Amino acid sequence: MKNSVKVILGAAALGLLASAASAATLDDVKKKGFVQCGVSTGLAGFSAPNDKGDWTGIDADFCRAVAAAVFGDGTKVKFTPLSAKERFTALQSGEIDVLSRNTTWTINRDTALGLNFVGVTYYDGQGFMINAKKLPGVNSALQLSGAAVCVQSGTTTELNLADYFKANKMEYNPVVFEKLEEVNAAYDAGRCDAYTTDQSGLYGIRLTLGAPDDHVVLPEIISKEPLGPAVRQGDDQWYHIVKWTYFALLSAEELGITQANVDEMKNSGSPEIKRVLGTEADTKIGTDLGVSNDWVVNVVKAVGNYGEMFEKNVGAGSPLKIARGINALWTKGGLQYAPPIR
Amino acid sequence: MQKHDLSYVRAELAAAEPAPAGVTGLGAWVRKNLFATPFDSALTLLGLLVVAFVIPPFINWAFISAQWTGTDRTFCSTIAQGGIQPDGWSGACWAFVNAKFSQFMFGRYPAEEHWRLILTVIMLVVLLVPMMIPRIPRKGLNAILLFGVFPIVAYILMSGGWFGLPHVETPLWGGLLVTLVLSFVGITVSLPLGIVLALGRRSKMPVVKMICVIFIEAVRGIPLVTVLFMASVMFPLFLPAGMTFDKLLRALIGVALFASAYMAEVVRGGLQAIPKGQYEGADSLGLSYWQKTGLIVLPQALKLVIPGIVNTFIGLFKDTSLVYIIGMFDLLGVVRLNFSDASWASPQTPISGLVFAGFVFWLFCFGMSRYSIYMERRLDTGHKR
Repeated sequence: MKNSVKVILGAAALGLLASAASAATLDDVKKKGFVQCGVSTGLAGFSAPNDKGDWTGIDADFCRAVAAAVFGDGTKVKFTPLSAKERFTALQSGEIDVLSRNTTWTINRDTALGLNFVGVTYYDGQGFMINAKKLPGVNSALQLSGAAVCVQSGTTTELNLADYFKANKMEYNPVVFEKLEEVNAAYDAGRCDAYTTDQSGLYGIRLTLGAPDDHVVLPEIISKEPLGPAVRQGDDQWYHIVKWTYFALLSAEELGITQANVDEMKNSGSPEIKRVLGTEADTKIGTDLGVSNDWVVNVVKAVGNYGEMFEKNVGAGSPLKIARGINALWTKGGLQYAPPIR
Repeated sequence: MQKHDLSYVRAELAAAEPAPAGVTGLGAWVRKNLFATPFDSALTLLGLLVVAFVIPPFINWAFISAQWTGTDRTFCSTIAQGGIQPDGWSGACWAFVNAKFSQFMFGRYPAEEHWRLILTVIMLVVLLVPMMIPRIPRKGLNAILLFGVFPIVAYILMSGGWFGLPHVETPLWGGLLVTLVLSFVGITVSLPLGIVLALGRRSKMPVVKMICVIFIEAVRGIPLVTVLFMASVMFPLFLPAGMTFDKLLRALIGVALFASAYMAEVVRGGLQAIPKGQYEGADSLGLSYWQKTGLIVLPQALKLVIPGIVNTFIGLFKDTSLVYIIGMFDLLGVVRLNFSDASWASPQTPISGLVFAGFVFWLFCFGMSRYSIYMERRLDTGHKR
């Protein structure tokens, strides 16, 4: 009897999922008056509370950008902190409109889980950090043969680590802990030679070490972790709005439009800038998308362009001081590339 | 009466001699309690050694070297770490706790509405303190106010939406506020519900008995983490699209039902300890089932299981931290959430935050435990061995 109940409930749940997915998210969002955005339960530089309790970080700013595109006001956003296990259900069930929570884009999530990733707001990957004083002369992960490596248990990090050392025919000695704080403490106490986790995380962890300058992050990246926002499948309009908000942030940086000069730029002679900022005569770019024509102006006013967002939250303007690296624009040797807004 | 003239017998009692110098005073106490045997002496010395090793560094870390004020991580890190403290410095970063204090207490509740929470706490204290002091009369009225009127008023005050108070959604609630809401509701629901379940389990009516047994055993067989997870992750999938239950409410119901099952077993233990004669005596007086239970059995049974009840309360209070895994932030959750704030990241930040959270938890749990000892002594009218 229990089984039949399960089947009925499961079928009902699937039916509801389908109906939730086909609803017009933009209309719902406009009716609510805010964008409900799923963020992490705390990751330095991506989504973390400041002293006032407001969410800061790249992921949080992206949500503000979406709100600015829809409402012309970056403050019309509400954040839902989600644990890693809850995040997809929250999106599927309609509890949130955008999932902007340092989530890796994979084919499984794109297909089986019914999500649509809009792009990659941060190219991350698993890296290594070592104590340069303890291991002088090591400047590549390939020299780590025989090393004790601190790693958090039950994560893909642990599996990637095993794959990497096996592929390179190297020995290693994993020092595994359950809690992040424990891994940090063990590494700081010198119980292992190297620490491995996502590179963006390594920079945050470095700040909590006794002597941060002794520690260097090695250049090797042993896994691809493209982090990006996602929306529900089955609502193309909302998917386009979120996707093009991301492209707008990139285009603004490429064209030199910043938070400070966006109003002057509206009078720029360049047809491309005019097109992007919606000052071209008879433009329909914004309205075709389902937002106002000055949507890019609103986005940049709210959070700045992509480069500003990066520097403020994780780059030189933040304690993390992560270099742009592959997150630079394609014109500067990075991977960030936006199709033209025209 | 015959009169004796026994002059060698004392007519009055001799004045008591003072106790020998060897058994009174500080020296004797120390000898008796700390150095009675060589083994005791060794243990005492070992204990003193541990204290001498642990306490001064802790006092130094927590008070003398501690950084009390500051605006960001530079105040709590050494020069090598990019801060202002001399190299080799190690002290508590109370500046972090200070800067985040309102978050630790209220979560992301808007600052201009904090007065509503403070007013609620004042109301709770005003109602709870007289309730807990046995001398103060009018317990019935007090109980109605505390358990009937107060929750409604508190809900309206904290949640808002009525009487011109702006609505504050529960995702903004956090910190000690969530810990207290969860444990207050958990405690006030689980005790009566637990008593009902315990009585039901001992009932002679088969259906009632079966329902109670199934509920208790099912809930006790599932970890609280699973209950919270079901409430948070699975439950929304079964609801019609767009219909969402408040997450805090879901957690509240989960925690309250969970605690009730445990409470039921504690109370059942008390019920079973009441001698059969008490039941039979009540029956022979012609009391009805409810009179018998309410006047004879429960007062004795509950008194017996006060330690068990308070144990469950304290466990519940600490278990509230588990809501962290469903993306809600109780006191511990908020403290840990703020470790991710890069502008405060320093080696001292996590330990300072955790020491603070531990201290607050200890204050509440120790308070509950002392009060339960006081109640036990007061209600101690026999049975004590």
